[in-house]
Amino acid sequence: MMRITDIFRFVRNAAGGYRVRTTLMLLAMAIGVASVVILTSLGEGARVYVNNEFASLGTNLLIVLPGRNETTGGPPMMVTGTSRDITTGDAMALLRHSSVRRVAPLTVGVAPVSWGGRTRECTIGGSTPDMLTIRRWKMAQGGFTAPDDPERAAPVAVIGAKIRRELFGSHSAVGEWLKIGDRRFRVTGILASEGRSMGFDVEELVLVPVASAQALFNTPSLFRVLVEAKSREAIERARADVVSTFKLRHQGEEDVTVITQDAVLATFDKILRALTLTVGGIAGISLGVAGILIMNVMLVAVSQRTSEIGLLKALGASRRRILGLFLTEAAMLSCVGGLLGLMLGYAGNRVVIWLYPAFPVTAPWWAVAAALGIALSAGLLFGAMPAWRAAKLDPVLALARR
Amino acid sequence: MIKLDNVGRVFQVGDQDVPALDSVNLTVGRGEYVSIMGPSGSGKSTLLNIIGLLDRPSSGRYFLEDRDITALTDEEEAETRRNRIGFVFQFFHLVPRMTAAQNVELPMVLGGVPPKTRAERVAAALDAMGLSDRADHRPGQLSGGQRQRVAIARATVMQPAVLLADEPTGNLDRASGAEVVHVIERLVDSGITLVLVTHDPELGERARRRIRMVDGRVVEDSSGNPAGRP
Repeated sequence: MMRITDIFRFVRNAAGGYRVRTTLMLLAMAIGVASVVILTSLGEGARVYVNNEFASLGTNLLIVLPGRNETTGGPPMMVTGTSRDITTGDAMALLRHSSVRRVAPLTVGVAPVSWGGRTRECTIGGSTPDMLTIRRWKMAQGGFTAPDDPERAAPVAVIGAKIRRELFGSHSAVGEWLKIGDRRFRVTGILASEGRSMGFDVEELVLVPVASAQALFNTPSLFRVLVEAKSREAIERARADVVSTFKLRHQGEEDVTVITQDAVLATFDKILRALTLTVGGIAGISLGVAGILIMNVMLVAVSQRTSEIGLLKALGASRRRILGLFLTEAAMLSCVGGLLGLMLGYAGNRVVIWLYPAFPVTAPWWAVAAALGIALSAGLLFGAMPAWRAAKLDPVLALARR
Repeated sequence: MIKLDNVGRVFQVGDQDVPALDSVNLTVGRGEYVSIMGPSGSGKSTLLNIIGLLDRPSSGRYFLEDRDITALTDEEEAETRRNRIGFVFQFFHLVPRMTAAQNVELPMVLGGVPPKTRAERVAAALDAMGLSDRADHRPGQLSGGQRQRVAIARATVMQPAVLLADEPTGNLDRASGAEVVHVIERLVDSGITLVLVTHDPELGERARRRIRMVDGRVVEDSSGNPAGRP
């Protein structure tokens, strides 16, 4: 009977008639929705961040570590003493398998690097040119001219952008000789700065041939071996091949640990998704609290407007009409509050992005939809009881109150 | 027009039954001007509320324009109140956040009357009350007499058959009261049926037909009908 536009006009008028009450209700709803949006965005951002980190490791990647940690339960380093070292020969033997496309041995150590009187402690990585391909590292300048045979040392090095800046300043680095420890290496290239990549800051890395690094640190063993499988499907086969090769070469001892990127990624993904859901749920509680506040405020509204409700009945509003008007009011307030909260949430996200530009903050669509849905249904749910109370009011008693 | 047949109304206070109306029989014809008088608690307001469909009788039957009201649904009741009955209250009951025009418009808004028709009828109703220049004022900006005239404009804008007034001058000074009475009586002249509840004898005596109530019973009816009989 009543026109829709009139219903909205009436409700807007009623909500506007009680500024403080309306503001409080909008605020509660907005804060609830905004906290859902911001917290799930942070959780989702963490997930995307970790995903990106793993993706930058390269795809179809297997990492071979010396020692087995599955059976001991202790940290891997405790067991390395009892297991055999991985050698460059072990690593290169893996290339025989059809499931394996590339292999990059890796030795890591820290040594002073100096040029022209300046010295700096640097992380030194020893590997082969395949390392660049596997880890998707790019050269900003020059190239990594290590010998084809990984067993042969060569005095060549590529350096990260930050090391170049700090040691050479404005001077050109490529072609210069620098000292690592007590050995001399010629700089043949500069690594492009691609940000951090799983603990390795490419900007602060010096990369030399693996045999040179082993000579530098006086060790025949490898820190780990990176293996790139032929394809995603070949990952499991490659893992089996790696294990069997090491078993063969280490007298039947299965003394290496193989981590596939997929498994690690899936675990992180699961953990972080659960985290997002958890913080989203906690924020959802604040929406519930907002709903209860709405109920309280609507109940006050009903008693504040008792004589008005009586009047509306006298003027010919049925119970259903009164119920509808109050429900519309609750729904409209929670919608507007929800939209305000959405704006607040996105504004909060922008602040986070501004503070931490590298952190990928995005509001997941399902969280936005859920927040708005919960806001609206909380409004209706908690608005229903007061509305019903209003509809049931006895007009005679309602009008008797001034 | 209005026919009450043995109407009783019992209120429950705690676990006691308190009778407010005791088998009232009353017939009011079209265009009649009736006043109901009596002491406080005599049941005159309860009677008015039942006639206005704000309250339901506990026993007996009530016919408005030959329809049995006791059988109506909530929705039909609301519609009847909207279209057939106008209320004027002692405390005006204007919505404070709405302008005079919006208050007068309210019953038509509830009834879904198209906005264009509404504007015309609001203007006409306010004009009839001499309040055209107060259309955009809120109740707080109007005097008591003006507020009551806005309320009368609202009560009559749907062109009801019956106008029910509960102490319409009870909250007004003499001059404003006289003004309001004048306005109401002009409506009677134009054919509306008026039932007025008051305990102001001066106002009550103006009505062509005067009913006295005591303890929920009609004890005197100036139309000549003996008490308790139609």
